[in-house]
Amino acid sequence: MFACNRRYGNGGLSKSAIRVRSAGGFERGFVVIACRACADPPCMKVCPTDALSLRKGGGVILDRSKCIGCRLCLDACPVRAVFWDEEANKPNICVHCGYCTDYCPYDILELREVEAR
Amino acid sequence: MTSLSKILFIDLSNRTSYVEYREDLFEKLLGGTGVATRLLLEYCPENADPLGPDNPIIFAVGPLTGLFPLASKTVSMFKSPLTGNLGESHAGGRSAIAIRSAGYGAIVITGSSETPVYIAIHGGDVNFRDASGIWGIVNSVTVGRVVRELEKGSGMRTVMRIGGAGENLVSYACVTSETYRHFGRLGLGAVFGSKKLKALVVSGDESIEVEDKKRYREVYDEIFEKAVESPLMKKYHNIGTASNVMPLNELKAIPIMNLKMASSPDVEGISGERLVEGYLGRRVACAHCPVACVHIAALREPYEREPYFYKTSMISYDYEPVYSLGAMLGIFEIKGFLKLLDAVEAWGMDAMSTGVTLAWATEAYEKRLITDRDTLGLKFRWGDHQTYIKAVELIARARANEFYKALAKGLEHASSCYGGKDFALSFGSNEMPGYHTGPMCYAGYLTGSRHSHLDGAGYSLDQKTLNLENLPEPKEAAKELFKEESWRQILTSLVVCLFARGIYEKDVVSDTLEINGIRLNSEELEKLGSEILSMKYEFKLREGFNPNKLRIPNRILETETPHGKIDEAYLRKTVDDFFQLFPQY
Repeated sequence: MFACNRRYGNGGLSKSAIRVRSAGGFERGFVVIACRACADPPCMKVCPTDALSLRKGGGVILDRSKCIGCRLCLDACPVRAVFWDEEANKPNICVHCGYCTDYCPYDILELREVEAR
Repeated sequence: MTSLSKILFIDLSNRTSYVEYREDLFEKLLGGTGVATRLLLEYCPENADPLGPDNPIIFAVGPLTGLFPLASKTVSMFKSPLTGNLGESHAGGRSAIAIRSAGYGAIVITGSSETPVYIAIHGGDVNFRDASGIWGIVNSVTVGRVVRELEKGSGMRTVMRIGGAGENLVSYACVTSETYRHFGRLGLGAVFGSKKLKALVVSGDESIEVEDKKRYREVYDEIFEKAVESPLMKKYHNIGTASNVMPLNELKAIPIMNLKMASSPDVEGISGERLVEGYLGRRVACAHCPVACVHIAALREPYEREPYFYKTSMISYDYEPVYSLGAMLGIFEIKGFLKLLDAVEAWGMDAMSTGVTLAWATEAYEKRLITDRDTLGLKFRWGDHQTYIKAVELIARARANEFYKALAKGLEHASSCYGGKDFALSFGSNEMPGYHTGPMCYAGYLTGSRHSHLDGAGYSLDQKTLNLENLPEPKEAAKELFKEESWRQILTSLVVCLFARGIYEKDVVSDTLEINGIRLNSEELEKLGSEILSMKYEFKLREGFNPNKLRIPNRILETETPHGKIDEAYLRKTVDDFFQLFPQY
């Protein structure tokens, strides 16, 4: 989470496109929520301004100039992997750069190329 | 964008809040301990009742929070109901990042509510929520579960709460955050309880602006590399702090059965290795920490009346609970130890104070200073975890009779009522931690501003001097303790976890501060550290701390340490010399 945000050179978590939360309390363990690069992304389909388009290699790309901050993508994602940057009023969209994996000392996160489905 | 100098003030009496910017504080004192001490001096009136509305609860984070790894802790300050003096306790979990992301460098809570309340801070939005429906839920885990469902910010928030002990004003009740982390020591839970404050939720997602972004990432990567490669970090990840159980036992330095002994072959039964091999269910890290030292045991127990029906409890443990609720009580069997720890956690009491108090009670019962009438029929016996679990409930309820009410006020108080001071192991009214390493650790408990092993690390000084022919002169030992405690004021003002002290060396600290636009070299940092320490003593002396009246229980002089028997004159001299190092003394 922190690494993702650091891509922009700042601290904190507001721009992070990955999240770790408990599975209903720390006693139940943790869930990592990240974009799963759907072949036919629901977030893209609901975007009223076509701000989201398919990214070559998987996932979607956000055209910030087109985004009107309507949040429809947020609700469309079934795994809730679209996060909201309140300061910019735009979604945080994973670009599958793998920067976060460099800071995961326990190999939970991994950047791996897979065959298109 | 956050500004560290933004402080949120909350008045529970009127249910109002306001924000003030205090650049003066954060520029001079960094954050954490430094800023919290100054706020305590400003907002805690002289002679305030620790359980009265005037006692402020202060939380402070620092310039490294949210920016660098292992800067995972929040400092709390308050007047302690246990010692009647400076109370400082640190916790990790998500508390620090949540406070900083909500936009604050510190939160100050004053006043007191007439009816139960919990506070939910979501960024700039401060809510006072009715807690009548959860007041009386004695299990701190349950409180967390309920509040979690009511509030937003999952994954980005801290849920601090008290259990039954805090509501009942047990002097060493803790505040639990994220189920497994605690503002454990010195009774913050009772201060929450006295204000009818059941929980505090903080969440937010403001970013922290960095000017030199390239340099920030460079410094970050240097620290991160050091952290993941350091052997200390691996040790604390693999076995956790309980990896210290066996080495301290071999050193003959782990207090057992109220420090009648400091080593026993039985200790192996509750070693860190045994716990990991037989019970480790999960490791957890505080937010922004790559170490994950928090070890959680999975305890699977059958239901008594139903065959083939089990429940699994997830119980976090550390070295200190293994010492205080294991070795100190003669419990050398893991299941019994875990069950007792689980009860202490549920009620929300400091594991160390609870164990040391029960150890005294057991010996007092042996010596017939207390009788079955006092204990309400409980027969305290080393190793009998079931009896101790019953006693924990009676202490936490703090009303069964005079004896349990006395225990709920801490060991110093209980031993004043019932005797047995010679074996009442509290220092500066705080129950001792699990190190009987030699004279320096005790000099540390006596002089440290929190009377904790974490103040001046005397236990480490004891171990470093083990191979020397002679102990250092008291003056030298005092200087070392003072120097270490001073430096730790910087670490806890930044605020970084003290386990990261080997990584955050002086030049590294200077680098990280530069990212924040603060230029301080090693010498200036050292000077600031001793100034913060002096400031703490300014508060302590103001509130009646008397360095000449420190009690040394005879027991520590009787049981051999790795340095042999402690010479009381040497210890007293070291303590005196320590206080001579303060300008105001």
